[in-house]
This record gives sequence, C-alpha cells and structure tokens, in this order.
Amino acid sequence: MLTADFAYGQSGQSGFSYFIYTLVGVSILILLFLVIQVADNLLAVEAKHSGADKAKANYSIFPNFKELFAPKAPAYANDAPIHVLKQGHDILLEGAPASADIAAGTSVTTFAVQPPNFTGLSPIPKLLVEVGDEVKAGDPIFFDKKVPEVKFVAPVSGEVIAVTRGEKRSIAEIVILADKEQKHRALPAFDLAKGSEEELRAYLLEHGAWSLFQQRPFNVIPAPGDVPRDIFVSTFDSAPLAPDANLVVAGREVAFQKGLDVLNRLTTGAVHLGLNAKGEESPSAAFTEAEGVEKHWFHGKHPAGNVGIQIHHTKPIGGTDKVWTLGVQEVIALGSLFLDGQYDGSRVVAVVGAELSEPTYVRTYLGAKIEDLLKGQTVSDNVRYISGDVLSGQQKSLGQFLNYYDDQLSVIAEGDYYELFGWLLPISPRPTISGTFPNFLYPNAKFQADTNTHGEKRAFVVTGQYEKVLPMDVFPQHLMKAILVNDFERMEGLGIYELAEEDVALCEFVCTSKQPLQQILREGLETMREQS
Amino acid sequence: MKKALLNFLQQIEPDKKKSPFLHTVYDGFFTFAFAPNTTTSKGVHIRDGMDLKRTMVHVVIAMQLCYLFGTFNIGHQHYLALGQYTGLLEGFHLKLAHGLIKLLPIFVVTHVVGLGIEFWYAAKKGHSIEEGFLVSGALIPLIMPPDIPLWILTVSIFFAVIIGKEAFGGTGMNIWNIALLSRVFIFFAYPTYISGDEVWVSGIEGTEVNGLPAYMSSEYGWAHGVFDWLFQSFGWSTFGDGGVLVADGYTGATPLSLAVSGGWEKVTSVYTESQMWWGTIPGSIGETSKPLIIVGALFLIATGVASWRIMVSMILGAAAMGLILNGIAPAEFTETTAGIFKFMAVPWYYQLSMGSFLFAMAFMATDPVTASSTNTGKWIYGFMIGMVGIIIRVMNPAYPEGWMLAILFMNTFSALIDHYVLEANMKRRAKRTEVAVS
Repeated sequence: MLTADFAYGQSGQSGFSYFIYTLVGVSILILLFLVIQVADNLLAVEAKHSGADKAKANYSIFPNFKELFAPKAPAYANDAPIHVLKQGHDILLEGAPASADIAAGTSVTTFAVQPPNFTGLSPIPKLLVEVGDEVKAGDPIFFDKKVPEVKFVAPVSGEVIAVTRGEKRSIAEIVILADKEQKHRALPAFDLAKGSEEELRAYLLEHGAWSLFQQRPFNVIPAPGDVPRDIFVSTFDSAPLAPDANLVVAGREVAFQKGLDVLNRLTTGAVHLGLNAKGEESPSAAFTEAEGVEKHWFHGKHPAGNVGIQIHHTKPIGGTDKVWTLGVQEVIALGSLFLDGQYDGSRVVAVVGAELSEPTYVRTYLGAKIEDLLKGQTVSDNVRYISGDVLSGQQKSLGQFLNYYDDQLSVIAEGDYYELFGWLLPISPRPTISGTFPNFLYPNAKFQADTNTHGEKRAFVVTGQYEKVLPMDVFPQHLMKAILVNDFERMEGLGIYELAEEDVALCEFVCTSKQPLQQILREGLETMREQS
Repeated sequence: MKKALLNFLQQIEPDKKKSPFLHTVYDGFFTFAFAPNTTTSKGVHIRDGMDLKRTMVHVVIAMQLCYLFGTFNIGHQHYLALGQYTGLLEGFHLKLAHGLIKLLPIFVVTHVVGLGIEFWYAAKKGHSIEEGFLVSGALIPLIMPPDIPLWILTVSIFFAVIIGKEAFGGTGMNIWNIALLSRVFIFFAYPTYISGDEVWVSGIEGTEVNGLPAYMSSEYGWAHGVFDWLFQSFGWSTFGDGGVLVADGYTGATPLSLAVSGGWEKVTSVYTESQMWWGTIPGSIGETSKPLIIVGALFLIATGVASWRIMVSMILGAAAMGLILNGIAPAEFTETTAGIFKFMAVPWYYQLSMGSFLFAMAFMATDPVTASSTNTGKWIYGFMIGMVGIIIRVMNPAYPEGWMLAILFMNTFSALIDHYVLEANMKRRAKRTEVAVS
C-alpha cells in the first residue's frame, strides 16, 4: 500500500487523498498504541508497588513471546517461574552407570590430598605430618603459611606413606594408606543455634571444612575474613556422564538440610538453590523442599547445571562482589560435620566412560586412587583417565588420585589415529553441534568420544559459535581476545568475573579453531587476581 | 591401503630444518589427505568434529553449482553474441568446451599464485598452511569476467593476498574480503578490463567493417584446436576459425548497464525476466544464475556454516533502499528524464535479482572474518551493506554495480559496529551488577 502511495503520489488528486487517508489512519493507530502502552506501564508499576512482581510473572497486556513459545513447565515445579536457557548443548556419551546402586568402595585403600587442587595456595604449604605418621580422619595435615587459619585435613585415617613433590619442590600429593576401620578425630561439640558467627568461622577453619567453599570470582578458597554476598548451590550437574545428584543425596537429606542451615549463618544475603526443571521426574525432596533457601528452577541443556550460569541469571556478580559456591556433596559433608561431630570425607564417585566394562557409582573418600577405583573393571587399552568430566576435568595417570572437587572418573579412548580425509568424510560418528554432520537425524544418539582434536589449532575465524552454547550475556570470543592482549578494563567490562573455566568448557568443545579457551580464561583470571 | 599410504607419506617427509618450504608443502598435502592424530591436552578432552578445513570446504561445495553453470554460460553467451546455437542446449559440447578453456586457466592461475604465496608465508613463519585461501581461491574465478588477462589476475592476487591478508597476520586477521580486494584492484588499476559492455562476453573483439566499427569472434587458439580434433572424431560440430561477425543489434550489455541508461523498460526490451532469473545473461562467471546461488545459500544456512542474519539483513537493507528510491523516483518519464531516474524507478524486487546482489549476499558478505562478530552487529552490518550497495549501484554514474564497494566499505566499519555492541554489553553489565548489589 505504501509503495502505491509513493509511486503515484505525484500523479494526481486521487493519489493525494489516498495519502491523507493513510496518514490519518496511521496516526490513529499510533495514538491507540500509545494509550495501550501507557496503560501497560502503569500496570507494571502497580504490580511492582504492590509486591506482586516478586514472582516475576508477566503482568503486561501484551503476551510475552518467551512464554508463548517456552517449553511446558513441569508439574513438580508448582508454577514457580522457570529460567529457560536456550543456548547450550548436551553431549550424550556412552558409558553411564547401568544401575543406580552405589557400590561400597572396599577396593579403594589409598587416598591423597593434593595441594594443587586449591587455586591460589602457595606451592609449598607447611606440612604438619611426615611420611610414616599415623593420622585420624579430620587431623590437619597442612596449611598455607600465608593464610595459616585455613587448615586442610586428612579425609581418612591411616598411615602417610608418601609425600610426592612436583616442580620446584612443590608438594603435589600427600598419600595416605587407609585403615580398615576408620578412626575419626574427636571434635569439640558446637551448638549451631548458640554459637556466634566468629565462633562458627573459627570452627570451620580449624576443622578442615573451609576448603569446601569456593569463592567467585577466580574460584579460590575464601580468605578467613570474607563474608559472601550470597551462597549458591547447584543441585544438578549437566556435564557429560555426571553423577545424578538425586542418587547422591538419597539417604543424606538431613545432612543436606543441616548444611544449608550452616550456610545461611555464613552469609549476609541468601542461600540460593538451582534446581533442574528439565527432568521427567521431580528432583529429590531434599532439594524441592529445602528450607531457608531461595529456589530457582532452570530448564536448559548443559551448561544449565553450572553454578556460574545460575548465578548470572539470579544475581550476577560485579567486580567487588564475593559469592561462594558449593556442590551437593560439599553441602552434605558440611552438614554431617555438625550432625555427627566428626569430619566426613566420604564422597559418591561416578566411575564412567565407554571404555569401562561396568560403569558404576562408588561410595568412597576424597582423593581416591584411580587404580583402586578401577579394580574389578576391564578397561580397554589406550585410554585416558580424567578426574572430573570430559570437558573440564584433569588428565590423570593410573597411579594418581581424584581431585578434591571432582565427583566422577571418566575413562575415554585416546584418539591418536590418522583419519583418511577425516575433515571431509566423517567415518565414525562423533559429537558435534555442526549441521554438516548427520547428527541431527539422531538427536538421542550416544557417542563413544575420543580425544582426537579433529583438526589443528588456527586463529579465530568462525564467529557466533561460542554464543550458541553459553547461555549468558557475555561475548566469549571478544573476552578471550581481551585476555590475550591483557586489556584489563575490557576484561572486566566483558564479564571475566562472572566466568569460571567450566563455563567456557563447552565453548572450547565447539571451537572450530581448536583454541585453548579454558587455559586462556585461567590466565586472564590469574592476571585479574594479581591486580586486585 | 590406508596404512600403505600413511607409511609411504611418513617415509617421504622432508626434514623440517633443512628444507622448511618443502616441509610446509608436504605438511599441507599430508593434512589434506589425513586428519592429524593430535590429541587434546590441557583443556577439554573431547573436541567437536568440525574444524576450519571442513568449514571452508563446505563453502566451496556450495559454489560448485555456480561453477558448472558459469562454465556453460561463458560458451552460451559467446554463441548468442554470434547469433549461432541460440537454443540453450544447442551446441552444448562447444559451449562447455569454450567455457572450460576460458575458466580453467583462471582457476589454475588463481590457485597456483594464491596458494604459492600462502605456502611461502607459512614456511617463512614456521606454521602450517592455513586454509583461508580455499574459499577465496574458489570465489575469485567466479567474480572475474571470462576474458580477464591472466597477468592482470596474477598481479591482483599478489595484491590481495600479500597486502590484504598476510600483511595483517594471515588467516583470520584480514580486515577486507580477499576475493573482493583482488577484484577491486583490477577495477581501479585496469578498469577497462573489468567494466563496460565489452568484457562480459568472452571471445569477441572489435574490428572494422567498411570503415565502421563492428565486433566479431576472435580467432580460436590451440586449445580450441584440440577440442576441434576431439569433436571431429565424434562427428560433432566444431569451433572453426573464428572471425564471425556478431549478430545484428547485439550489444554486450548486462541488464544493469541497460538499466542505467533506460530503466526497467530497456532491460526488458533486451532480456526476459526468465533469462535474468535463470542466468543466461552476460556477467561475471558465477553471479548470473539466481536459483543456483539461492540453493548454495540455503545449503550454507542449513549446515550452519554461514550466518543467516547477514543474508536476511542484507535483503532487508537492499529492499528498504530500493523502496525509498522507488518512492522518490518520478512516476512518469519524459524524453528528457535522465537514466538515473529511470534506474531509481526499477521496482525494488527486481533490484534484488539483478546483478551480483545474491552472489555477494551468499558468499562475500558472510565471510566471518571480515563481517561483524556479534549477532547484533551482523544485523546492522548486513543492513548497511544492503543500503549502501543499492545507493552505489543506482546513484553512481560510472559503474552500475555496487556490492564490491559496499562490502569493502562495511568491512572497514564492522569492527566499529562490534565495538558499540560490546560497549552496550559492558554498560548493561555495569547496570546489572549495580542493581544486584543494591
């Protein structure tokens, strides 16, 4: 209609009247639209004033597009608002545990505490034990000379059989051979209701519970005097082959709630719980009916389970904010410290991967030896042992130990093979987000992943890839470039404080140019940490 | 067999220190045949199956239909000019052979020169050959007129690759689109070879008949002679000697040059809409057939290799500008109306299908290195290319096509667009964390 106006507008009287009519019609429409828009805004203002807006429901006249096309909210969420995260990608791998039974880890006898697990610790901490000493579970075994209040304790009772040194005489592992009957260090009783904040902190610092907390930004152990703005706990892990937190918390619900109560005492803000709205069944009642916490539901593919993503969508952190994050198992350990009066170093570990004969869950202690965990399993040749998940875990050898914050051991095939025209004709199926592979025809297919890089490292060429798998308002590629040129203001402005390595791990997976994004991010975080 | 090939290749590997150039060349061909066996270290343990080689190869695959049709069209236009074999499939073997004789040297020279420069720089810097030139090398023949002298092509590729790419740091670091740089070099340095009405049909040269200028087909060279011998053995028609005068009333004008002088009426007086759509018109080698380009573009979007945002926003920008020009164009023409006003009145939907708009949209504008990298930036970038391209095409008295210049122009500003998108992101973040704290 407009074209007709313009093309014939100068041709005569009839054209001119058309023009006037459309002008009048359009201005009436604009007036109507303005009236409706003002009414809508007044509605929103009123909703905010009366406090009804807290639930973040949509009070406007116009339907919210996101609500129209959002996935159907599950019944167990009870109409709570759900954060729908559209970006992300689930990597489906073979090798998940066949049954939900947790095997008793009787074959695991050697454990280690590894100082390099704790970011920011000085390389040579002060040891309180020597080779040959007998320790009880909960006995302090080392501390950082710069921060002597934070004590690191033994997870099991037994004999210290080795202290392995790494580069430049740094201490890599303190290895303990566990007793058959576990002895625990007797801890003084602590009344949570009556104790003050300082007493609670001192108790946690002294008895080895302080290392359960990880502080963002930088993912370091908090300084003894730090008070966090909030504490976040993610109750589901969406990483490939990660253990199911509902299985882990089964039977330990009381300890979990006690842990949440302790956390509430430690922060001036709130304790936030991130819950999974994507599963077909409801998450465990320990999560959905936890008391004293703010619950947030998330529906999305990996990395929806990453606590960093959940923080971004609830209360994002700025430069000076400090928030603490814990996993489900850390909260349980914290709670049982106060319930049982003794240090709890036990963890449920998922021993998974396509190269194992029987992937399973194992109940064991922190820092389990990898060789021991794999006893009773037939493992294929030429595999890689990873403490953690395949995206952000650390490569280990058989004689090494699981890391402190990891709750899975992934075993995947090494990919050191040459593929004829591998870049043109994919011979074997492989996980990818690219439409050039026929993966979209089989959306639920599971893969046997291997460690082949499928290409060589190149400069950044393809754009928009990282944003597809990072559900945050962050531009990862520009952040990486800012880190590479050490541009501090830009790094801060683009949100380096909001990210930890696990958040960009999926971006590194999809990177066409095979860039080491997690390494770049860690370098950037170290640079910013030195600045502050 | 694979093992045998692998063993053979590993045996003939030249020493890296003694002959770095040979090693780089060897490495390039080795990684062409075999995806390397490097495994991940320090970071993710599994990697996506997609890599840069695969991305580039899919862009090249998307262009192959344009190559096939373009080769045939070179010959078809040649014979149409002479008034012979006017049916589409008449003389198919002659047209295809003529097209191949014109295209293959351009293709071979492009790749030998371009890849040679890339190999030399890779050896000099000590890194492996990067795949950037796969796409540029496939694009350059498609944007050249069929008769481009090979020495001019060589000089332009030297300029584009050395100054346009390697000087900035190689693949992934260039500011301007390499293929367009080579074409723009010829455009400014040797303009008569790439503009005007004489260059878009191959094998026609000027001559004099009775003292008046006329056109006739050039003498056929040795390559044509080889094909003649082949065709004769099958009993098919042959090229002959050349020297045939062009048909009456023939001009080598492309639809755009007709639109400049006489608007849509003049265009449709020479070419039918169907011809312009299917591509049996003179032009650069690869840009004429719209459906084949659209198929290529859809292939790239479906596989996620090219950005649909840039393509859609470019269409929107060009349509918007076309509509604006339609609006200010006079409704009726007199004898004295200048050609530019007639051009402005060409309906906006025909502007989208004339010239190299679709080709530039599908393959040139979507180059990820030179386009904006943020999604919002891509919308703005594509939209501006569309608008600026139509302005240059219509308002420019000297040259009736605008996409090369528009894309190079917006390449200059793509980083600026990104800068403002990032600034907005940073401001949003600052506001968010203020609100969260308070």
